[in-house]
Amino acid sequence: MLSLWVTPPDVGSGAVHAALLVDSAVLLLEQEIRDGSERYQGLQELFPAAARMQRAAADLCGVRADAPDQRPWLRHTAWTSDEAPLARAPTSGPESGSAVDDYSFVRVAGDGVHEIPVGPVHAGIIEPGHFRFSVVGEKVLRLEERLGYVHKGVERRFTELDPLEGHRLAARICGDSTVAYSWAYCQALEALAGLQVPVRATWLRGICLEVERLQNHLGDLGALGNDAGFAFGLAQFSRLKEELLRVTESVFGQRYLMDVVVPGGVAIDPSADVIARLSSVLRDIAARVRLLRDIYDDHSGIRDRFAGAGVVTPELARQLGLTGLAGRASLQLRDLRADAPWSPYHALTPTPCIRREGDVAARVAVRFDEVAESSRLTRAFLSDLPDGPVTAPLALPREPRLAIGLIEGWRGPVLVALEITAAGRIRRCHVHDPSWQNWPALEHAIISNIVPDFPLINKSFNLSYSGHDL
Amino acid sequence: MIKTLRTIVGIGIVSELPPAQDDTLRVREALQQEVLSVLGRALCIRHVDAGSCNACELEIHALNNPIYNIEGLGIRFVASPRHADMLLVTGPVSRHMLTALRRTYDATPDPKLVVAVGDCGCNGGIFGTSYATVGSVSAVLPVDVAVPGCPPSPVRLLQGILTAIRQSVGDRTLKAL
Ligand code: SF4
Repeated sequence: MLSLWVTPPDVGSGAVHAALLVDSAVLLLEQEIRDGSERYQGLQELFPAAARMQRAAADLCGVRADAPDQRPWLRHTAWTSDEAPLARAPTSGPESGSAVDDYSFVRVAGDGVHEIPVGPVHAGIIEPGHFRFSVVGEKVLRLEERLGYVHKGVERRFTELDPLEGHRLAARICGDSTVAYSWAYCQALEALAGLQVPVRATWLRGICLEVERLQNHLGDLGALGNDAGFAFGLAQFSRLKEELLRVTESVFGQRYLMDVVVPGGVAIDPSADVIARLSSVLRDIAARVRLLRDIYDDHSGIRDRFAGAGVVTPELARQLGLTGLAGRASLQLRDLRADAPWSPYHALTPTPCIRREGDVAARVAVRFDEVAESSRLTRAFLSDLPDGPVTAPLALPREPRLAIGLIEGWRGPVLVALEITAAGRIRRCHVHDPSWQNWPALEHAIISNIVPDFPLINKSFNLSYSGHDL
Repeated sequence: MIKTLRTIVGIGIVSELPPAQDDTLRVREALQQEVLSVLGRALCIRHVDAGSCNACELEIHALNNPIYNIEGLGIRFVASPRHADMLLVTGPVSRHMLTALRRTYDATPDPKLVVAVGDCGCNGGIFGTSYATVGSVSAVLPVDVAVPGCPPSPVRLLQGILTAIRQSVGDRTLKAL
């Protein structure tokens, strides 16, 4: 399952939608909802990841699924249980949200069991979320996540924007995946308009998406070395990442590629010489990373910490619907770039990087493999970059329609479902981060590991808070 | 091990001088001196994400890379607000982070500086003020310096941090007079 969302009946005829990936096609299921008090059949039995999506839909749209867990998920204190921000703006005053959230965590009873609450503000420079560990000694019996701290009302904000401006908000849903989100948004918008984007633009988008993947993988590989006590790794990888950020800026005018993907194409047409520079920097980086990989592989301390930590078996991964990079580290053979290639990936298709062990070491190995594969692919895109324009004018149809954009970002598939009205306004824009599927898997991965290994295991997934909390 | 050492020696020191475009930043020693003269020790910063999209965090991380080498300037990120002299706050302040942000501020010993980071921290950015966001850090805490940008580059961040320190030196000198 890719995603589940609700369009509340208050903004026209309501519906609950589920998007499924069947082979290389997206199957969209829709059930009409006439009245907010109606319940729909929950999908949590078939797709465990649906449980939180249904709870979030209840928080935002006021429409509930028939499911055992009816606790709020994204809602803490900023609005009340009778309010539904996507149906009507809550009437909350400026001070709302200052109270303390009294979420009912599941208690683990037993001799010697105690709880460790962590967050929302963590020790490092990372996003906020709350983790409740139940432990015996140092061993974790259970982890329960509480997210929603960075809920920013993104989906409501979309409805206030012009569809041709929405890509700027999409670009800021999850800052480390700005290309994936803005591309998915533009893909949906272009599908609504029936627009064929110029080839040069799709190739440049492909380059941006791969550069984004490389930036994130370099950052993570350094941070993971550091979490295993190898500061050398952090220094080396963060230096390489900075080098990539700088050359990215020289090509696209942005270190992080905010607002480079725009409706109808891309905002910048780089010149031949900066393209050549990017290509040579990528070659250097790939060579450096090969050396660093040997160093990581030879380092006994790193091997000790990575191997066998935070395991998600292929069987569990399948049940939970583990997706994207973390899925591929647990033998889930999905990579949309290869399975359902869109332009430019049908011209140059990457080989998916797969491992089966499902531990930290496997998630590190997939990153190393993908750095090599992505830099090869990006250089191939750069050397064969087609000529031509980089944007095409886009005109929206004057009828209500729904379209879906789907992009394999560095973390996994990012989905945008965009619905417009006859007047050309955004009626509903649902955005979905692969972290929705993978956060629950982290709760499983930590079981029987020790608390001090949590930062390392958590980092090996590196899931998004902002992309999830919306 | 040999490979590790060879890489270390091969790459050498890559740290750059603090950005030259702002004169106030030119001299590393002067900067360090200034931090020392204000605090008598390293400046300790506690970062708080109050609803950021995470790109501001990525640039704050970059300050720690060997190129910007912020620790070399006598500035350190710390885990607890109780050890901090400065809060670096990102995001449009989601209402769900209000309590945590206020508590972090209260836990930071006086005198403390607050630097709001990014367009979001300055004025809510694209998220603005809504049922879910307060819309700026200054609506919640007294802000000393606000650094615009989406996300602001590491150089801009460094300038913001140093401006806040400088301002506090200024304030103290005034008080002494
Ligand atoms: S200012 Fe820009 S980069 Fe920073 S949190 Fe806001 S949207 Fe993200």
